[in-house]
Amino acid sequence: MTRTLDLAGGASAPPAGPRRVRRSSTRAAETRRKWYEIIGLTTPAIAVYVMFVLVPMGFAVYYSLYRWRGVGPPTDFVGFDNYVLAFQDPIFLDALRNNAVIVVGSLLVQGPIALAVALLLNRRFRGRTVFRLLVFVPYVLAEVTVGIMWKLILTDGGTMDALLRSIGLGGLVQAWLADLDVVIWTLLFVLTWKYVGFAIILLLAGLSNVPHELTEAAAIDGAGWWQIQRHVTLPLLGPTIRIWMFLSMIGSLQVFDVIWVTSVPAVRSLGASATMATYMVDNGFFARLWGYGNAVAVILFVISFVAALLFQRFLLRRDIQGALTGRAN
Amino acid sequence: MTSSRPFSWGNPLMYALALAVAAVSIAPVVYVIVGGFRTTPQIVADPAGLPDPWVWDNYQRVLTQSDFWSQAWNSAVVALGTTLGVVVLGLCAAYVLARYTFRGREALYTFFTLGLLFPAGAAILPLYLMLRDLDLTNSYYAVILPQVAFSLPITIVILRPFLTAIPRELEDAAAIDGTGRLGFLWRITLPLSKPALVTVGVLAFVASWNAFLLPLLVLSDVDLHTLPLGVQNFSSQYTSDTAGILAFTSLAMVPALLFFTLTEKQIVGGLQGAVKG
Repeated sequence: MTRTLDLAGGASAPPAGPRRVRRSSTRAAETRRKWYEIIGLTTPAIAVYVMFVLVPMGFAVYYSLYRWRGVGPPTDFVGFDNYVLAFQDPIFLDALRNNAVIVVGSLLVQGPIALAVALLLNRRFRGRTVFRLLVFVPYVLAEVTVGIMWKLILTDGGTMDALLRSIGLGGLVQAWLADLDVVIWTLLFVLTWKYVGFAIILLLAGLSNVPHELTEAAAIDGAGWWQIQRHVTLPLLGPTIRIWMFLSMIGSLQVFDVIWVTSVPAVRSLGASATMATYMVDNGFFARLWGYGNAVAVILFVISFVAALLFQRFLLRRDIQGALTGRAN
Repeated sequence: MTSSRPFSWGNPLMYALALAVAAVSIAPVVYVIVGGFRTTPQIVADPAGLPDPWVWDNYQRVLTQSDFWSQAWNSAVVALGTTLGVVVLGLCAAYVLARYTFRGREALYTFFTLGLLFPAGAAILPLYLMLRDLDLTNSYYAVILPQVAFSLPITIVILRPFLTAIPRELEDAAAIDGTGRLGFLWRITLPLSKPALVTVGVLAFVASWNAFLLPLLVLSDVDLHTLPLGVQNFSSQYTSDTAGILAFTSLAMVPALLFFTLTEKQIVGGLQGAVKG
């Protein structure tokens, strides 16, 4: 996938664009000039990208092999001990399980809701713009704001409890954020609230690209609403759904902000509401176990990367290239 | 439009559903904003009630006594810096990837799109260590530079097809008039690609405005804290001041909501572009 870049091979580059070239020396000068432009224009982006995305990734692997408190250069080489330790820590295994719950839960809950809403609202109606605006609000709010908002609403004896009691559902009242068995489901609910609007907007955008002629032709052929959705619209929506699934999965694997802000540290430290990312920051940054934290970072990275590649290989295929880069190519 | 569609039935159901979804989306937000007009004793006595009487005190307190304004300023500086960086670097790189023919072009594109495949947040610990060793922590750069890097892949993916679509004839015409490729980038491409640039700019701005994890690690200096850090600190510092937290949280939402209302078309347009196919 990552072939080496050949930015220096100027001499063997294909001739430049549609310019009229009169002499071979001008052509050489022109080729050289083109390469100066290419290098000049792309170097800043490549440099920033390499420096702040790729280099840290490399350092994570290096640090993860040491027991290191973050002061001075790492010297206490421990091999893969940090990785072994992580997989032996029940809290980390809880975090892994929680990430799995969030990945699967987000797909299973948000997917059908978003699909139903998008299919039903896939037509022009009065107030559509306002509706789109309102549904998108949770997605645009900062994760921190959302977390604190729900923390206040879900606090013991708070608004949620009062509301449930007032409509006669007092029996449902839980210690939403303190009960070790409940908290992950509460967090899944908050995440759903935050991100389902994104799924709806994405699917509505995908639906607006489904040609009218097709659904109209199906209707003329006597297909009912359900049949049209099932056999015409849904298949055409496939790429959009798969892109949403992909984005949702990657987001769920690295989820941090909402979990960190909404859940109480004590509950998190028991594993009930930890995710890989919160576990990594808790142990690496705050407990200053830098080698260990970096090992967790590498695990998180490998899991995400493998999941992304598998998804690409089996589900996405060329959607990203074909759909993300549009028709222009 | 509606009349040309084969299905007009189900309108009441559709409106009911639209209303329900919209209500669930904004009810908690409204609750927080309205709650800011109550006093903490009011809230404790009746968590789901309305303000009685309405008090302005919480909002006034947050606006005059807290660090709200300096944090809003920090957020603005960081978000504008990030946006500027992403747009400039992204445009230059995407321009080359779209309009130059050279060996290794597709490899370079793949290299950038790889960034979409994995969470940049995974490398946050070594990133922090690196910034610390470079003595960059507790500066705006510590947030701006990595955020530019995180946003580059999606920016290039959105911009490239847009720039490719600019007709070749325009470039030829410009060449005949003596404008080189760089002049074409500056004088023709830049104005023509304004909509796409606004889209990627808005996406980068919103991502930066809401960012939490990176600022949390690299900005320990309270004077440099951005709004998300401020909201979080305020809520854990004054746990018993529920009304104050509600007011602070509401005020922190306002810029995002305003900004979003103004640029909703660009955000949705960007997403629409992203799933076109």
